[in-house]
Amino acid sequence: MKTMLNVALPKGRLGEKVYDMFEKAGFECPSIKETNRKLIFENPEKGVRYFWVKPSDVAIYVERGAADIGVAGKDILLEYEPDIYELLDLGFGKCRMAVAAPNDFRDNPQQTLRVATKFSNIAKNYYASLGRDIDIIHLNGSIEIAPILGLSDVIVDIVETGTTLKENNLSVFETIVPISARFIANKASFKFKNEQITKIAQSLEQQIENK
Amino acid sequence: MNIETKLLKGDEKVIFELRSLYEKYGYSQYKMSKFEEYDLYVRNKDFLVSDNIITFTDTNGKLMALKPDVTLSIIKNSKDIPEITQKVYYDENVYRISKNTDSFKEILQVGLECVGNVDDWCIYEVLTLAAESLSVISDDYVLDVSHMGIIKDLVQKLDLSIDGEKEILKALGEKNTHQIKAICEENDCSNDLSVKICELANLYGKANEVMPRIKELASDFAPDSIAQLEKLTSILSDSGYGDKIHIDFSVVNDMGYYNGIVFTGFVNGVPEGVLSGGQYDKLLKKMNRKSKAIGFAVYPDTLERLMTENLEYDIDTVILYSENTDLKTLSDAVKMMTSSGKSVTAQREVPAKLRYRQLLKMNDKGVEIIENNA
Repeated sequence: MKTMLNVALPKGRLGEKVYDMFEKAGFECPSIKETNRKLIFENPEKGVRYFWVKPSDVAIYVERGAADIGVAGKDILLEYEPDIYELLDLGFGKCRMAVAAPNDFRDNPQQTLRVATKFSNIAKNYYASLGRDIDIIHLNGSIEIAPILGLSDVIVDIVETGTTLKENNLSVFETIVPISARFIANKASFKFKNEQITKIAQSLEQQIENK
Repeated sequence: MNIETKLLKGDEKVIFELRSLYEKYGYSQYKMSKFEEYDLYVRNKDFLVSDNIITFTDTNGKLMALKPDVTLSIIKNSKDIPEITQKVYYDENVYRISKNTDSFKEILQVGLECVGNVDDWCIYEVLTLAAESLSVISDDYVLDVSHMGIIKDLVQKLDLSIDGEKEILKALGEKNTHQIKAICEENDCSNDLSVKICELANLYGKANEVMPRIKELASDFAPDSIAQLEKLTSILSDSGYGDKIHIDFSVVNDMGYYNGIVFTGFVNGVPEGVLSGGQYDKLLKKMNRKSKAIGFAVYPDTLERLMTENLEYDIDTVILYSENTDLKTLSDAVKMMTSSGKSVTAQREVPAKLRYRQLLKMNDKGVEIIENNA
């Protein structure tokens, strides 16, 4: 029997797009297209098993070897810093990690900057690199309202189109890092399922180039 | 004394086998104290996996630490005799922060160090022992070998800042070629070098397959390192390790300490490296010593999941007794069971959730079988 290659896909549109690329790479699993609530799909013939997980959990599944490979946003990789291989920049799911604040915000360097964010680690590292003293307010959603309500001075969050920011009278002050989807692999799996993983990586790379 | 090996847990067996393996090759066991002066670790902070250390003040006012690492203590306590080679192994607990729980953990480490006149033979022997250590754990293993000399030469050609060098090593460790390209572009490095580093990052395979490509890529630098890597890996292949030894430049250790061969071992079924090591002459240089050194450590805690057998039963026999049971009769019944090699517990009631093969009950006549599961 072939050993199964376990693939963690991020739930949602991004994951579907990624699955299509894996299918083109020769690792199809037709049952995944059926509309039901199942989370795990197998194609024993191709030796592949897909599962849908919360996008922010993909890196954990891969780091701990429950998944051999997966696709995760660079934001998640920067936040959790998992010990994995980051084999490809897939070039889609593009956005940026940015510092945003109310339009009339002026930074007062004499004060500790209060930063609201879902990405505490990224915010901490970014401001440490600037030598700026900050206070981190970790929130799990609706980050945009933090500065409006006076909970924080600025926010560190993902900015895609900037519409949400605009509607809340916020604007981007600094881009920390550009974000896109990355193809990642568990370090041990890379050794023991090297042929399959390399095949997928090469095909994905070609598909990106041909776009 | 009669020791039943079946009582040893999987990782304990591994530890015993590793010890006997290292003894066979003339390594002697090194025992040390749990504590070390904190100062030692401060001076060599980057050599450690993490700078989180448990400290306490000793009775004489000295700041002490619970060892986060064994190698530094061995080097500190070894004599600097560059002409001869001291070979030691250890089996010690270290105290480090676990990434997952963010709290301190006691971690068992088994490893060896070869200090003194480290020549190609010593390096070869250490690599062989690393491979043999992995084979003790599982037949399905891989030892990834890399050479810091090659990596260092290449990275230095890029002429980056210290932070830039750190970033590029990190990207190399992640096989993150798009990041390598980005760093090179940002720092106006030559395209030729950037392509070379990317290709080195992507190279992976058996030594005889990838060595020719490495020689092409690195034709104009680090000739000694490349020759050494080729020589060692080809002898290892000839000695029967060909399938298991792979070259992989994503194995990178701190350039400030490691200078030669570095390696990481994986076994199928464990999601992280279970063995890591390398040659670290630069650490000794920092300590003003002339000796060289190479060594590695195995992390048996990573094997727990791989090695644990799921037991069908917790115990062979449960004997139920009551207030009226004669103590002598009960004692005889228990003795009879244990002498026949069965595990037994005498209880008033069956403990909740206990899985047993056989349930016995003491009554006036003796022992009565109530339940037989196997």
